[in-house]
Amino acid sequence: MQEHQHNIKLPDGSIERQTTTLNLGPTHPATHGVFQNILEMDGERVVSAESTVGYIHRAFEKLAERRPLYQITPLTDRLNYCSSPINNMGWHMTCEKLLGVVTPKRVDYMRVIIMELARIADHVICNSVIGVDAGALSVFLYVMQYRERIYEIYEEICGSRLTTNIGRIGGFERNFTPAAWSKLESFLDEFPKVMKEFENLLKRNRIFVERCVGAGPISAERALNYGFTGPNLRAAGVDYDVRVHTPYSSYEDFDFKIPVGTTGDVYDRWLVRNEEIWESLSIVRQAYEKIQQFKGEEAEVFHANVPEYYLPKKQDVYTKMEALIWHFKIIMGETAIPAGEVYHSVEGGNGELGFYMISDGGRSPYRLHFRRPCFIYYQAYPELVKDSMLADAVLVLSSLNLIAGEMDA
Amino acid sequence: MQNLTHRSKDVDRRPLSLWEKMYIPSVAKGMSITFGHMFKKVPTIRYPEETRPFSPVFRGLHVLNRDEEGRERCTACGLCAVACPAEAITMEAAERKAGEENLYREEKYAARYEINMLRCIFCGLCEEACPKDAIYLSETFAPSNYARKGFIYGKEDLLIPDPKTQASDLAAAKGQE
Repeated sequence: MQEHQHNIKLPDGSIERQTTTLNLGPTHPATHGVFQNILEMDGERVVSAESTVGYIHRAFEKLAERRPLYQITPLTDRLNYCSSPINNMGWHMTCEKLLGVVTPKRVDYMRVIIMELARIADHVICNSVIGVDAGALSVFLYVMQYRERIYEIYEEICGSRLTTNIGRIGGFERNFTPAAWSKLESFLDEFPKVMKEFENLLKRNRIFVERCVGAGPISAERALNYGFTGPNLRAAGVDYDVRVHTPYSSYEDFDFKIPVGTTGDVYDRWLVRNEEIWESLSIVRQAYEKIQQFKGEEAEVFHANVPEYYLPKKQDVYTKMEALIWHFKIIMGETAIPAGEVYHSVEGGNGELGFYMISDGGRSPYRLHFRRPCFIYYQAYPELVKDSMLADAVLVLSSLNLIAGEMDA
Repeated sequence: MQNLTHRSKDVDRRPLSLWEKMYIPSVAKGMSITFGHMFKKVPTIRYPEETRPFSPVFRGLHVLNRDEEGRERCTACGLCAVACPAEAITMEAAERKAGEENLYREEKYAARYEINMLRCIFCGLCEEACPKDAIYLSETFAPSNYARKGFIYGKEDLLIPDPKTQASDLAAAKGQE
């Protein structure tokens, strides 16, 4: 940082700095979370930035080392809390990979619905917050109402809204209720209109476009070198999507496109997320139609048949000895877990969310690591904001969709 | 860069047309949308005077259940405490003495049962773990208190009203006054 400071030697021998040091964060209203950036400012221009991590370090991996697999799901809620169902599902799928559980198609499609709804919620927030940071508050308020509708769908299924803890190893804790389905239907009916209005307000809006074009660009090569994934890499022009390259949860059954940008600036990131919302909506619709085609007994399946890992029915636990024994074994984490090493990644709300688990056959993981996309994006932040204006620095921060919960590894 | 898949689709990034660049029409368009919103239904709720309906499976504050005769269902097996990822539940078991059959359903019961609501993350795993139909997450939420100690809920805070002696309280707690 030192070489950027252009100092002037005064006649009396003292030195005066020409740049100002500005602390952006850790509790700054414009940073949407606990990020600290020490900016060296030459007037309004950012000469250099130094990012700090460590403000919400919660040692998830260490906490996970003494908990049975099912208790780690609530920890993953708190990674990217804008799309916690994706984290939950990713974790369940990692466990299933280790345990060798194969989920039925209907469960996969239900998971796809939940994950894509979470992606919509995540992107809607990110894109409308870019609007807010560019000075357009009302768009944020209009789409926020519809994120609420997504949260109500979660609530019908799992009972909670933000930190969902949704799903279990092998499937879901309960089948989707008729109320959940009808909420999903009304969301699918009404949301496209709202999205259209949202696009109308920002997409071709001269003020917004001129504000975003050219702010914080990154080339495809630099983005790959940093390890970017998700919408931020796609905005730079690389069509990499985990859902297409290593399909999980039956994503190969769905037909969707990967929107890619060209320059990797704020406007491209906005456009890529915007297109992804439309793609996600179409995936949800396809999954919904596929689920409607299940008939008879198949239409009631909501978990894999794995009595070693999936809790027996409550009614059986109250009345049958066998079920009660399994219930105790599963809750105590005493069912057999194979030793081994697994890596599983899902396309999270803002990039490739990976889970690397080593199991030694004990009741909890021997070692665990979450690949948090935000942590990786944040490393590129000083390069992205160098030589830009202070106001752009804030815009770049929100366009990378940095979530403080994913920041500390 | 060359494409990795044949599924990629370029985003629409054509430059603004002359019409889009003109200031007044764009402002009028934006204004028409925002003014239109003034006449739409207000989406907010006047909490706490009004509340929104919760789903039947909502995960709020815990309650300890009684059976239809008013006896506590909990047998202090400790499964909820084991299942709790936040380590918020503490319990002490005791043996039922003669003459207490009307208080406790089984021979063993929880003499002390505490949930630290500040530690609790409302994940619902205790409810799922309970083999005795004893702990449930209710629809109440947002507790408030002046001291941290007040957030450690004991049995007297958690137990539902006795359906035999306090039937009207129970009905009120269930929201059917």
